[in-house]
Order: sequence, then C-alpha cells, then structure tokens
Amino acid sequence: MSDTAVDYHQMWADLGLDLKSHDALLEAVGGMYGAAYLSQENRPEGMGYLDFVMSEVHGLRVKELNDFRATGGKIVGTFCLYVPEEIIRAAGAWCVGLCAGAEFAYDEVERIMPRNTCALIKSFMGFKLGKVCPYIESADLVVGETTCDGKKKAYELLAEMHNVYVMELPQMKRDKDLAFCHSEIVELMGKVEEMTGKKVTAETLRASIKEVNDKRRALQRIAATRAADPAPISGKDALLATQVAFYDDVPRFTQSSNALADELEKRVADGVGVAPAGAPRILITGTPMALPNWKLHDIIEKSGGIVVGEEMCTGSRYYQDLVSEDSATLDEMIDDIAAKYLDINCACFTPNKGRIDDVIRMAKELGADGVIDYSLNFCGTYQIESSSVETAVQAAGLPLMRIETDYSMEDAGQLSTRVEAFLEMVR
Amino acid sequence: MRVLGLDIGSRSVDAVWLDDGVVECAAVADSGFDPASVAAAFVARGEHDALVATGYGRHVAREAFGAAVVTEIKAYALGASALFPEAAAVLDIGGQDTKVIALARGGRVADFEMNDKCAAGTGKFLEVMARALGFSLEELAGASLAADSGVQISSMCTVFAESEVTGLVHRGEDRGRIARGLHESISRRTLGALKRVGATGPLVFAGGVACNPAMVALIREGFSGEVLVPAEAQIVGAYGAALSGARSA
Repeated sequence: MSDTAVDYHQMWADLGLDLKSHDALLEAVGGMYGAAYLSQENRPEGMGYLDFVMSEVHGLRVKELNDFRATGGKIVGTFCLYVPEEIIRAAGAWCVGLCAGAEFAYDEVERIMPRNTCALIKSFMGFKLGKVCPYIESADLVVGETTCDGKKKAYELLAEMHNVYVMELPQMKRDKDLAFCHSEIVELMGKVEEMTGKKVTAETLRASIKEVNDKRRALQRIAATRAADPAPISGKDALLATQVAFYDDVPRFTQSSNALADELEKRVADGVGVAPAGAPRILITGTPMALPNWKLHDIIEKSGGIVVGEEMCTGSRYYQDLVSEDSATLDEMIDDIAAKYLDINCACFTPNKGRIDDVIRMAKELGADGVIDYSLNFCGTYQIESSSVETAVQAAGLPLMRIETDYSMEDAGQLSTRVEAFLEMVR
Repeated sequence: MRVLGLDIGSRSVDAVWLDDGVVECAAVADSGFDPASVAAAFVARGEHDALVATGYGRHVAREAFGAAVVTEIKAYALGASALFPEAAAVLDIGGQDTKVIALARGGRVADFEMNDKCAAGTGKFLEVMARALGFSLEELAGASLAADSGVQISSMCTVFAESEVTGLVHRGEDRGRIARGLHESISRRTLGALKRVGATGPLVFAGGVACNPAMVALIREGFSGEVLVPAEAQIVGAYGAALSGARSA
C-alpha cells in the first residue's frame, strides 16, 4: 500500500518470524483491509494516517520498537486494557498491544489447548506458535492479567515460550480491592523498573499520566462526533482508531487523532456524513475486537447500517475514563491509577452493573436505534451477562440482538441475514 | 402494477407474481447447483414493474437483475401476516435454516431468532436422516406419524445425528420410532426458540418443512397457541417479498 515499500524481511528474520507464513498473513490482512476499508466512500481525510499505519502494520512501527530497543529501550507487550500503560511509560518502557484478532496456526494451538477456547486466546497463542507476530517477538516482557480463566491458564503456557509476568486483577470493586489493585500496580512497577533500570518518579508518572490521558481525550473527541446524524465517520474507521491506539507511538497517535477529530467536528458542523442521514444507528457492546477483527462492523455497514459506538475494550472502555491529574505524590498517583482502572466495567467483575449503565447511557447519547450484544464464542462471562444487558436495553425501549461468533468467516452468510433483518426491524 | 417476488433458497427457488396486490401465479423449482439460473428463468417469464428478492441468493439477484432485496425475516413476516392478519408469530423451517419471528402490529418484526451456523434441525437435516433410514421424505413423515413413541435422539448436529441413527439401525431399533425421535428432536429445539422470542399464538408455520405433516403435528402438540399452516407453505417468503415491492412502489 505504501509507495516507498521498504523491505523488512531482514528485520522479521532477525526477530525469528516464520517468513513464509508471515508473508501469507500480511497478504491476507492487506486483502481484508482493502475489502473492508479502502472500499468505503467519503472517508475523512484524517484516516490517511491510519491507512498508512496499517500499510506498515508489521513494518515501520516494529522498526521503531526495535530501534528503541537498540538504544537500550524496553518493550512491554499486553493483551488487555487493564495493564496500566502509564506505569510502563513512566518507567521508561513502551507499551504495545499484541496480535490477537485473526485465526492463525490453530492446528498448533489445538495440540496444547482445547478447541473450545475463545478466539482471542487461540489467536494470540497461534501468533506465538506460528511465529508471525513481530510485536510479541519485540516484547522484552509480556504482562498478562487475570481477567478470565482462559487467559490465566493460557499465560502459563505462554510463559513456557516467552518472558511473561502476570498481574492479578481483583474481580470485585470494594475498598479492599482498590487497595489490592494499588499493591499489584506497585509490584508491576517494580518489575518494569528492574527491567529498564529506571525508577518511576512523581515527575515521570505525572508526565505519562498526562500523555496517556491526552491519547484518551483525543479518542473521546472522535467518539463524541459519532452522535451526529449523519455520522461523520464509519464505525469501522472509529474502531480502527481505537485498535491502533493500543500499539502506536503515543504522542504521534494523539496528534493525528486530534487532527481527525478536528475534521470530524467540522464535518458535523457542515452536516457531512459517511452514511445517509437516517441510516439505522447501531451501538455494539461486548467482547473486544482485536486488530484485524472488523467482521461485524463490516457486515453492519455493508448492509446499510452505521455503527455509532462500541461499549467494549476496543471502544469506550479504553478511553472513557481518565486518571486524575491533580495528585502530588507518587503514592497518590498510583491510587488514582488504581481507581481509574477499577472503574472499567469488564464482565470479569461481579457485580458489573456499571457496564449496563454505560450501554444505556451511550445508546441515548449516540442516538442508537438498536444494540448488538457481541460475544466471542466460549466467553462465559460476557455470554452470561448478556441476558441482563438484554433486559435493561429492552426496558429502555431499544431492540437488542445477540451475536456469538469468532474470527472465521464460515457464518458470514447467516450473520449478514441476521444483521440485515435487525436493521430492517429498527429502521 | 405487476411485482415479482423471488425467494432464492438453498433447496428451492420460489416465485410469486402479484398483480395489483393479488396473487396471479406462483411457482417452485429446485435450486439445483445453479440457483441464479433457476431464478433467471423466472425473471424471464414475463414483464414486471418491480422485482424483489429474498433468501440466501438475494444479493446474487440484486447483482444479476437489479432486484430490490429484503431478508427472509421481513419477507416471512409480511407474507404470513398478509395470509393470516391475526398472526402473532411465524415459524419458518427451510432447507438450511430455521427462523422464528415474533410479530408486532401490521406484520412488523418485534423479535426474531435464527440458527447461526449449521443446518441442525432444518429441511436438510430431515433429508439426510431420511436417506440414512432408507426412506423418502414422505415415508419419513409417514413412519413418524405411525409410530406410537420416539427414540431419544441426543444429537442435533446433522453429522453426529446421522451416525447416531446408523447406530440405532444397526442395533435393530424400529425405523418408525427413529423417524419419530428425529421429528421430536427438531420440534423440541424449535419450541425452545419460539419461547426465547416470546412467541404467542396464532403461529404461522411456513417454509418447506411445514409441508411435513409429522412436523406440523408435533409443533401443534407442543405450542401453547393456535398453529396455522398456509396451503402453500413454501411460497410465503416469495409472497412477502412481492408484497414489500408492492408496498414500497
């Protein structure tokens, strides 16, 4: 996609990737991107930056990470938004989200894991076993978290192949959980400090809190413009921005996202949209959609609907809460970070009423005509929570459809029919 | 005004021609391996002012003949409520999928559910099982009706159920009781789906499998409300598609 195509094969070989499989993967992702993204009409110009990032998805950014490592920098890979990026950056390391959004080397995965494991877990294990994720191979440390049983146990297997550290996430939100969360953050901080040889200070942490907050603020601005009818940006493009936020250079991403937000705000003022005014507006809630999982958004938007929000980890849960910037001491800042992260409403918590409140509030703010509750197969927590979400959404007067799926396209035909019928119903 | 409604399904292509809202004629043909050509033959049969396609092949019809498209859900809702204005729910068991629809006023869809991946419990399932038992589809239904009780079939997956049926035959189980068990397993699953969407009677049972008297009997027995079966259950989708064309014109 880039005009000045640089050959990164040497870098990938140095990282130990399986070049043949990796070439095939990149070609497949490029094809998916072309079909889902580049076919869209009237896209904001600001998406040019994300098109470029995607054209270099395993190229330039990986080179940046490895150039940083060559100067002694450390990379921390993560699979979950509960791992506090602020702490990692304050200790001088960079934080990147790892590949977990496509089916790869499942045959290898199924030798060590049950077939009936959620697609996200199978995917990251497949990327590792198939040697096709340059991000994990660039990561000096992978920080896992105890958000679900599947991931918890998968990290044990991953630890046999990679340097893995697991932080414990409480599953309730009481005062003692907040204190525990604080202690886990301190331990993680020690681990990263030990690796980078740099101490986190009130100054470095204050700076990284501000930096990461700025990234989240930029995403909040983009999200807010989606309340307009016609929507100034497709759901697919907005989803991509959040997905890229997990691994891109923080200040650069913030700057480009603010530029995109400027453009979107202007579009809203001028009444410019990507779908006709009155197109059925869908809010999606549920499990994360890791890059390059654009399946549901693509089906909805090719069927004439527009996705106006994502109440998910690759959505509002990632950017809606900020860390307080008012504290003076390191200890207070860690308290602020613990509080912010415990505010995220994942189905791994009990109770998790906050998520339902978020869904209803977002549906109202964004003018949604219907809600789709999306879950990866075998994600027990979200699937069980689904009925409470459905009851609440219907009580708020909106239709809801549940979808359980994975990364394969084998159900695409039936999924399209269901989505089209849902759009006909909410119209 | 003449409207052609096409329901391009996995097992059959159904056509209904409406003239000023009245059914002029209808036709059903096997999908074969090239449903688009089967549909093209219907399209070429005469003039029409509007063409609306539904079913599995609806998007192919949009590409090939510039047809407007509606989903099977909407088409069945419209078709069933035009035939039976008192209908509160629709059940359609077709060649490779099953749909249950709760209706709101005016034939609008209030809620729906459909099987999401495989052909478990559909017409295709019955075809495969009939073959495993050495029955035609008619004989399968007849044997089921004649049996006084059914064997418990535990698998709904077409592949697993076929092995299960083969196993039962080898053990010398009566074919009629197996046939009855197969119909009962589909009926249990279907009644569960109806319950999940909150379907109340009267229920319109349409689609190819509604031509199977054993299935109709079991749904009637298990459903809490009245069950209505259209005389030409297979063309309800095509009829609904045609109606949507007449409405929007």
